[in-house]
Amino acid sequence: MPEARKVYARRLDIRHGQVELAHGSGGRAMAQLIDELFARHLGNEYLAQGDDGALLPAPGAGRLVLATDSHVVSPLFFPGGDIGCLAVHGTINDVAVMGARPLWLSACFIVEEGFKLAELALIVQSMAAAATAAGVPVVAGDTKVVERGKGDGVFITTTGVGIVAEGMELSGRAARPGDAILVSGTLGDHGMAIMAVRESLGFASPIVSDTAALHGLIAAMRASGAEIHVLRDPTRGGLATTLNEIARQSGVGMMLREKAVPVNPAVAAACEFLGLDPLYVASEGKLLAICAERDANALLAAMRAHPLGRQAAIIGSVHADPRHFVQMTTGFGGRRIVDWLSGDQLPRIC
Amino acid sequence: MKFIDEFRDGELARGLARAIHREAGADRRYHFMEFCGGHTHAISRYGVCDLLPGNVRMIHGPGCPVCVLPIGRVDQAIGLALEEGVTLCTYGDCLRVPASDGLSLLQARARGGDIRMVYSSADAVALAQRDAQRQVVFFAIGFETTTPPTAVAIKQAAALGLPNFSVLCCHVLTPSAIASILESPEVRRWGTVPLDGFIGPAHVSTIIGSRPYEFFAEEYRKPVVIAGFEPLDVLQAIRMLIRQVNEGRAEVENEFSRAVDRDGNLKAQRLVAEVFELRKQFEWRGLNVLPYSALRIRSQFAEFDAERRFSLAYTPVPDHKGCDCGAILRGVRRPADCRLFGTVCTPENPVGSCMVSPEGACAAHYTYGRYRDA
Repeated sequence: MPEARKVYARRLDIRHGQVELAHGSGGRAMAQLIDELFARHLGNEYLAQGDDGALLPAPGAGRLVLATDSHVVSPLFFPGGDIGCLAVHGTINDVAVMGARPLWLSACFIVEEGFKLAELALIVQSMAAAATAAGVPVVAGDTKVVERGKGDGVFITTTGVGIVAEGMELSGRAARPGDAILVSGTLGDHGMAIMAVRESLGFASPIVSDTAALHGLIAAMRASGAEIHVLRDPTRGGLATTLNEIARQSGVGMMLREKAVPVNPAVAAACEFLGLDPLYVASEGKLLAICAERDANALLAAMRAHPLGRQAAIIGSVHADPRHFVQMTTGFGGRRIVDWLSGDQLPRIC
Repeated sequence: MKFIDEFRDGELARGLARAIHREAGADRRYHFMEFCGGHTHAISRYGVCDLLPGNVRMIHGPGCPVCVLPIGRVDQAIGLALEEGVTLCTYGDCLRVPASDGLSLLQARARGGDIRMVYSSADAVALAQRDAQRQVVFFAIGFETTTPPTAVAIKQAAALGLPNFSVLCCHVLTPSAIASILESPEVRRWGTVPLDGFIGPAHVSTIIGSRPYEFFAEEYRKPVVIAGFEPLDVLQAIRMLIRQVNEGRAEVENEFSRAVDRDGNLKAQRLVAEVFELRKQFEWRGLNVLPYSALRIRSQFAEFDAERRFSLAYTPVPDHKGCDCGAILRGVRRPADCRLFGTVCTPENPVGSCMVSPEGACAAHYTYGRYRDA
């Protein structure tokens, strides 16, 4: 970046340097951090405009979807990912499950004074790689620095914009009695990957976060022609909480089959060890779909044909229930409620 | 999962259920109390009752550690944190138990109390070791299962000469609670709580062994079957209890022989006896004041006794008027009988202690079984 060299006396020492309060104060140091770190990795024509906001082309016909998500995960780096790619995937997924094609992201960093520039660089690079792979550029950003002890390394808020064709919108209000409930793969991998690191659970093979952008899988599902009523990504609160939200929004009840719910054996074992229920543990690269019963098998086939849906399964069905209970037939042969998550099972998971 | 799935096998469960249906005499009713919250949770979580015939009824017992903790003890812990400014460490479930003035430990934390959840008593010792300026108090609750680790923590603090570590000891004894149930007028005199036998504790029995229950079988003529916490354990124990009732036997049988023997863990028992002695009396939620039903720290470890270090007095506080936790803990009422259940009292805003822990009868019924209520 020859231009930057002219302006700044010395290049940012990314290998040994630390974030200082000046990096968030709006002066030259901040401009340098943006040039040499954020713009260098995330750069694109919109970010290069360098104005207070990004000037974007108006998308064509349809409706806009806007979603925003803050990421405060601890630890910042975990098996299978880090806060950077998580912040990209999380918001893309929130846009995509509305039925929209994600177009752009913005990213806001709140960094703690003293945070290593080398770690920040790794996070930004991971974010850039995730955005590139997803084809959804980061077009606007902001950086703030807080005093040492007032943050915890770095927090990232991302906002995403997408476009959905008229009539193709999805909502949690659309589940109907008779519908089938599907998930795209094993549940709880992300949450347990984080917990295993935090609790120093030394498994022979580590549990890996499933963090992934799901808009490709969703496009394949929609291309199957199946009548999809609801899509959601079961993040915080897990599958159980997400299904309860939908049951309430749609005014229906649900019945799951415990044996049909896919859970990675290592995740099941770690949950058992920590006294957690995988139904309440976050995924970051899985979705649940509710579709017309007649289309369930076609949708399942479409999901399984996609790399992110290989372990997809039909796990239950929707029925009329004025009390909006989500229930489950247990593998043991009994029946129980699958209730909302009560309290905070796993703080700072995403 | 090896060694877990085997105990949750649906095929085996159906086989056992068929045997129970065959063996339970149609001409009589069976009422069994599962003492432990661990069993209550397993029964609700796996829908064990759905596999039982209508004439076999399970009654939830008082064996849930946070459920029997009286308000006055939680008040003491909150007082230590807010008034004495100590760092109070305790197990997770304890944090949400409602106490006086609409406070719980969790709310006391929001008011600025330094209250921390720990997974083990050793974490509290480590905290005291790391920061000598801080007074660390471990709020120790639970039955015989959690008592040995507290004894270890106190001995460790003594060996390290830690001047800033102490324990608020609220450990209670299972046999006292069982005796209290059996001696209650509802069971003994009025017969309003019909009781044909007990499912005996799993983890507690690994420490105390099966011998302490022999007294109940002999003296009160009640069969006891010690069972593990997996759903097949519970189902098998119910079948064993039905057989005892049918044959007119009242014995202690051990379904959990993979972990429990007659004598229990002698090393743990010695450790507990070295550090603790019996309290003359202790207030339990629901069971009132029971003589010799809890432990206190022996005088040779007095410096690690938070009650002595901070000169704590105990003030009993009555439960919320509308709350039926006391009667539920004695098996007199069921969760859905309480007029606060599911309306004023929910897991998010518990009024009584039984709605707090997943092992509590109300929380278990609310979370897993309330679809059965009309």
